[in-house]
Amino acid sequence: MKLYCLSGHPTLPCNILKFKSTTIMLDCGLDMTSTLNFLPLPLVQSPRLSNLPSWSLKDGNAYLDKELKECSGHVFVDSVPEFCLPETELIDMSTVDVILISNYHCMMALPYITEHTGFTGTVYATEPTLQIGRLLMEELVNFIERVPKAQSASLWKNKDVQRLLPSPLKDAVEVSTWRRCYSMQEVNSALSKIQLVGYSQKIELFGAVQVTPLSSGYALGSSNWVIQSHYEKVSYVSGSSLLTTHPQPMDQASLKNSDVLLLTGLTQIPTANPDGMVGEFCSNLALTVRNGGNVLVPCYPSGVIYDLLECLYQYIDSAGLSNVPFYFISPVANSSLEFSQIFAEWLCHNKQTKVYLPEPPFPHAELIQTNKLKHYPSIHGDFSNDFRQPCVVFTGHPSLRFGDVVHFLELWGKSSLNTVIFTEPDFSYLDALAPYQPLAMKCIYCPIDTRLNFIQVSKLLKEVQPLHVVCPEQYTQPPPTQSHRMDLMIDCQPPAMSYRRAEVLALPFKRRYEKIEIMPELADSLVPMEIKPGISLATVSAVLHTKDNKHVLQPPPRSTQPTSGKKRKRVSDDIPDCKVLKPLLSGSIPVEQFVQTLEKHGFSDIKVEDTAKGHIVLLQEAETLIQIEEDSTHIICDNDEMLRVRLRDLVLKFLQKF
Amino acid sequence: MDPECSRLLPALCAVLADPRQPMTDDTCLEKLLDWFKTVTETESSLLLLQENPCLVELLSQALKFQDVSSRILSFSLRLAGIFAAQENCFQFLQQGELLLGLFGEAGPLGLPAWNVPSVRSGWIQGLCSLAKHPSAEQFLVDCGAVDTIFSLQGDSSLFVASAASQLLVQVLSLSIQGRATPHLGSSDGDWPSCAQSIVGYLEESLRSGATPQITQALKVLTTTFGRCHHSWTEALWMRLSPLVTCLLEKDTVPTAHSLADLFLSMARSPTFGSSDCDLWVTLAQTLSCLSPTQAGPLALGILKLHVCPQALKTQAFDVLLQPLACVLEAAAQVPGSSGLPDGTGSNPTMADALLASTSSCAALLCQSLAHLGELQALPHSPRPWPQVLLLEATVMTLRFCSGSAVPISSVGGRLCGILASCIRVQRAALDFLGMLSQGTGACPQESVTQVFAILLEYLRSPESSPTVLKKAFQATLRWLLSMSKACGSNNPDPHTQPFLRELFPVMQKRLCNPCWEVRDSALEFLTHLTTHWGGQPDFRQALLASDVPELTQQLLQDPEAYVRASAVTAMGQLASQGLHATPSGPEHPGAKQKSLPQELLHILSLDSEGFPRRAVMQVFTQWLQDGHPAMAEDLEQFMARVFQVVSRDLDWEVRVQGLELARVFLAQTLGPPDCPYAVALPAATPPTSPAEVLRTLGRVQLLEFAFRALFDCDRPVAQKSCDLLLLLRARTAPGGGLQGAECNPEAVTVEAALRAWQAGEQGQPLGELVPEVVVAILRTLDLEGLQATLAESSDHVEQSPRSLLQDMLAAVGALGGHEADCY
Repeated sequence: MKLYCLSGHPTLPCNILKFKSTTIMLDCGLDMTSTLNFLPLPLVQSPRLSNLPSWSLKDGNAYLDKELKECSGHVFVDSVPEFCLPETELIDMSTVDVILISNYHCMMALPYITEHTGFTGTVYATEPTLQIGRLLMEELVNFIERVPKAQSASLWKNKDVQRLLPSPLKDAVEVSTWRRCYSMQEVNSALSKIQLVGYSQKIELFGAVQVTPLSSGYALGSSNWVIQSHYEKVSYVSGSSLLTTHPQPMDQASLKNSDVLLLTGLTQIPTANPDGMVGEFCSNLALTVRNGGNVLVPCYPSGVIYDLLECLYQYIDSAGLSNVPFYFISPVANSSLEFSQIFAEWLCHNKQTKVYLPEPPFPHAELIQTNKLKHYPSIHGDFSNDFRQPCVVFTGHPSLRFGDVVHFLELWGKSSLNTVIFTEPDFSYLDALAPYQPLAMKCIYCPIDTRLNFIQVSKLLKEVQPLHVVCPEQYTQPPPTQSHRMDLMIDCQPPAMSYRRAEVLALPFKRRYEKIEIMPELADSLVPMEIKPGISLATVSAVLHTKDNKHVLQPPPRSTQPTSGKKRKRVSDDIPDCKVLKPLLSGSIPVEQFVQTLEKHGFSDIKVEDTAKGHIVLLQEAETLIQIEEDSTHIICDNDEMLRVRLRDLVLKFLQKF
Repeated sequence: MDPECSRLLPALCAVLADPRQPMTDDTCLEKLLDWFKTVTETESSLLLLQENPCLVELLSQALKFQDVSSRILSFSLRLAGIFAAQENCFQFLQQGELLLGLFGEAGPLGLPAWNVPSVRSGWIQGLCSLAKHPSAEQFLVDCGAVDTIFSLQGDSSLFVASAASQLLVQVLSLSIQGRATPHLGSSDGDWPSCAQSIVGYLEESLRSGATPQITQALKVLTTTFGRCHHSWTEALWMRLSPLVTCLLEKDTVPTAHSLADLFLSMARSPTFGSSDCDLWVTLAQTLSCLSPTQAGPLALGILKLHVCPQALKTQAFDVLLQPLACVLEAAAQVPGSSGLPDGTGSNPTMADALLASTSSCAALLCQSLAHLGELQALPHSPRPWPQVLLLEATVMTLRFCSGSAVPISSVGGRLCGILASCIRVQRAALDFLGMLSQGTGACPQESVTQVFAILLEYLRSPESSPTVLKKAFQATLRWLLSMSKACGSNNPDPHTQPFLRELFPVMQKRLCNPCWEVRDSALEFLTHLTTHWGGQPDFRQALLASDVPELTQQLLQDPEAYVRASAVTAMGQLASQGLHATPSGPEHPGAKQKSLPQELLHILSLDSEGFPRRAVMQVFTQWLQDGHPAMAEDLEQFMARVFQVVSRDLDWEVRVQGLELARVFLAQTLGPPDCPYAVALPAATPPTSPAEVLRTLGRVQLLEFAFRALFDCDRPVAQKSCDLLLLLRARTAPGGGLQGAECNPEAVTVEAALRAWQAGEQGQPLGELVPEVVVAILRTLDLEGLQATLAESSDHVEQSPRSLLQDMLAAVGALGGHEADCY
């Protein structure tokens, strides 16, 4: 059993598991932090961004001046932003049988894999994962395509050139694999390969293994996966949460008794408690608006935003914010808000019961109805007519490199009355803000990451007790900035195996058993014999039939009397030779009794020697040795077949036959 | 006994004995037992039984166990015990073999009813009451009760087990004290037989090696030494001490808690405290061999003893300090530099206990902090008190919890992980930190700076949970107060000012928190702050430069009632100090804002919850007392409006508050009382005439409110109003002065209206309250009589034994007169 690790990002995993005869890709995350090296794509012509000075090498060589621009003391690539793909060289993607998706954030690299690698398999995901994943991809494509940029920079990627660049460009990894965003056509084609599954549904893969999605509690339709054969179980835990937010709670019980538990997608901010962060978010929002400032919340169009809106729904009245407009701007804003209301079966119990009242499960419906929350596909069009300040704007993209958020940062960045509040933990907020400096706007960082923290992981591992844990290397040591926090790492016994990008791990367990079915008529013919209390044995003669990874023992064909007994059968004949078998023996030979028996049968001058493995009975007179060991007995006599047979029969008296 | 009760008793006994009329209310039976206990304290039980044969019948009825409910059986057992506590009555009951029937082996022991814990408990309590005289001891031995008590010690019901243990102590003490035994030695023959069997049982239990048995035996000993201070207890200890000290020699002491209790109970007893039995040595040995968590309560107990060798106290104090010493040592860059007793280095068990798990670490630290806090408050707290080091250790604990500590040692690293975001420890440490603010005189500046830094960190951190934050607010307040006390009010402390500047931005954020508990505790904190520092220019400047006053005003509309109440109080305090937000400030030009008194009046009239309305009344009273300018402006009209609203309030506490406001207003209107010894104030306002006063009171509707409240269905309101009117009468109609107008027709109308009000018809208009009429009414009303009636508790009638008996009879419908209803 092998694990091919294609992504080094612990929360955007992409691994391939080779298990029995199957090749299973686990998630297909896309690392978008690479976009932080690029200049933002302004929605409205920005004089500041379009007139940036070019950056040239120290020797004055200016051939990079079209590609690299200097902005706020940093150097950025002036090009269409590019993403860091999972490793594709490690394994031939055309051999991948299936891709299991755990949540909508972990499928963003899917079009790159399904469309350009020869992949011919099936993708499994839940319905909300597919629908919201589609929205995220659609938003991404839309953000990038609506600001067409002619230029695609590639010179800087040259290894010899990259070495000479300032940080962080110099240290960017795998730049040669960075790719531009996919098109909507590729998205559609990739998503068409998805087959929908429900929680706890058992999916057979070629009869060899069974895969089952389990609720993971993190997002709408998010799942962990159990991959099992009859005697082996691998659990894949990715992006799970034990907090009570909108999705169905995590199913922990089904993860028990795993041989290997692959653990990814833990919280990215282990020291921040989501409750405290929500409090911080609300109070900063209220204080800014009170002082006449605007609040900008860079976010994804789905996920935490539902919880934030719910929290604000309860909060705005107490904070006297009833008259402050909330704007949600995204090409998929409408779909996201509406989709969330129709996936009742994937929601937590409280929200499910609302549906029967009937009420919309999320209160943002009421916010929309009362005009407190308004949503627009972009800043163009209706929004510009309705726009009223001070206000709160939720918009993407959290990287601050594309999407409507770029416009608001340009618009509001100069006033210290305004605040940008970062809630998504995927990007370093300082890096995200780098091209906008100097910024007068206040910046508040309250990352809300509901995924498991290390305390919860340690409880989970105690509860489900896997034999081995495998996780990204980042989880096996404290975060570099808090090296003394030994609690911020996975602590389990035996220690977790760690992986990093482009590594192949041999998983630490061997398959020892295979299940074989016995046909009823064959079972009927067996005559078990009890050899120990509770243990019975029977010999079986049968034909082993293997098809689709299922093994069946069938009764042997009736041995047709050979027409000519002398004719030798062909070796290639697939019906095995059913000759009469010698009986199988079991039991042990008690040496003292055996010696007594020998004496009774007239042997004299018997000596017994103890050896490391058993005993040697010496019949000195007959010059014969009987070696009795745990699993063998040898009679060594000098060509006296009669004597050997006599002795053999005496030995056999002590053994059971069947 | 009251003859009326005597008359009711037979019927009641019949009801109790009748299995067809189950008594469902246990509390009645309890009250009945209490009553019998009181009666037998003053009267002869024997006489009582002879005069009321129904009682004996009831008890004998209980002997027919099949017919009796477990409730009545338990009751009868306890009742029999109460009667048999007097020796002659005991003899009387014994003659009829009643007691043997109830408590002996032929009693309920073998019956299914014995499975009911209340029956077993009744049996024990009966014997407990009974075991008061020598005859009783013999009875206990004869009926074999002692063995049953032994077995009941391990009863599944904790109440029964504990009562059995108490009973055993009582029997032991009865048995020994009954004899004038000159000397109790270690041989069995010296001890009375009953005592011997108990002591033998204790010895056997202590030897058994089974934790439950040992614990039971230790509990019996603890109670014995706690209760009996005779010299025989010493003999008992001499006999058992080898077995008890043996328990300490095991690797882990399983009964540590009970052992500690035992030794402490002995140390508190005058018999042992002063004697030379090696108690102090044993205590020292126990301290050193118990685990850190087990030793904590013992150490605290030792430190609380009045008589105790100093060396032992020092050892005990070290035990309590050790966990904190470990924390300091874990944080220190150089090992052993903490200055507190050696922590981890010399005491590996302490380090193990701290580093084993979050729960054990939290338990140990919380225990240590709580114990030290308790000690610090004692008048005889241990000396020398390591104030500075305790401060450092507490601050360090809090830093470990918040994750802001950056330890170098591996122990520190592990402690950091264990304590990270541990709310329990955070609360305990903040509590203790607050306590440490007392006696800061010797604190170096550096420590104080550290304290304020950690407090600010906790107040600021979004990770602080609401309860932790509340504790942080409390600790902050205590430190600010103690700093200002130390420096004097005119001398601002060098720490306070920069701290306050940092504090208000934090407060702003807290007042906007979505969690109402946070907003509430922030408002409470603000109120306290303003009360103490509202007059200080620096404080005023920092406060007014922030948004805090506006945010507080906004919270008057909070959805949570508690928050609104706290906001009202805070606004009241801010306004008292002239610190509230000015209405229609430049930022909100369009907003139409009411003045604060109007806004509070609005809350008083319309808020659906009681808390904000009560808070409003308190604020108004405070303002009136302080002569707040907001009230001075058109006071009469405002008061009239308040009294009108408050008299219709549904919450009696609000009405009481209203009457308090009325009292203050009245006192101010009347002016200072004519005291012959009072120093005449030079610029005192000319005394107002009684008629003028009454006219004013009438105008502000105070009189109508007070009269209405006089007949309020809630007693405290009526009482308060009665007091108020008595004061008014004393000052305006003290016999002479204004002539009453008894025959005034208006007075007649008012009186008629008042009578109607008293009868519950509050709708009747009162008529015009001209001064003459008021005086007449005040004189006519029997205010003293009313006051006396109201002073009696409302259930004085219902609490009489007669009423109890009647109630019980009525409950089963046995009070005659209803038969006729059956058609």
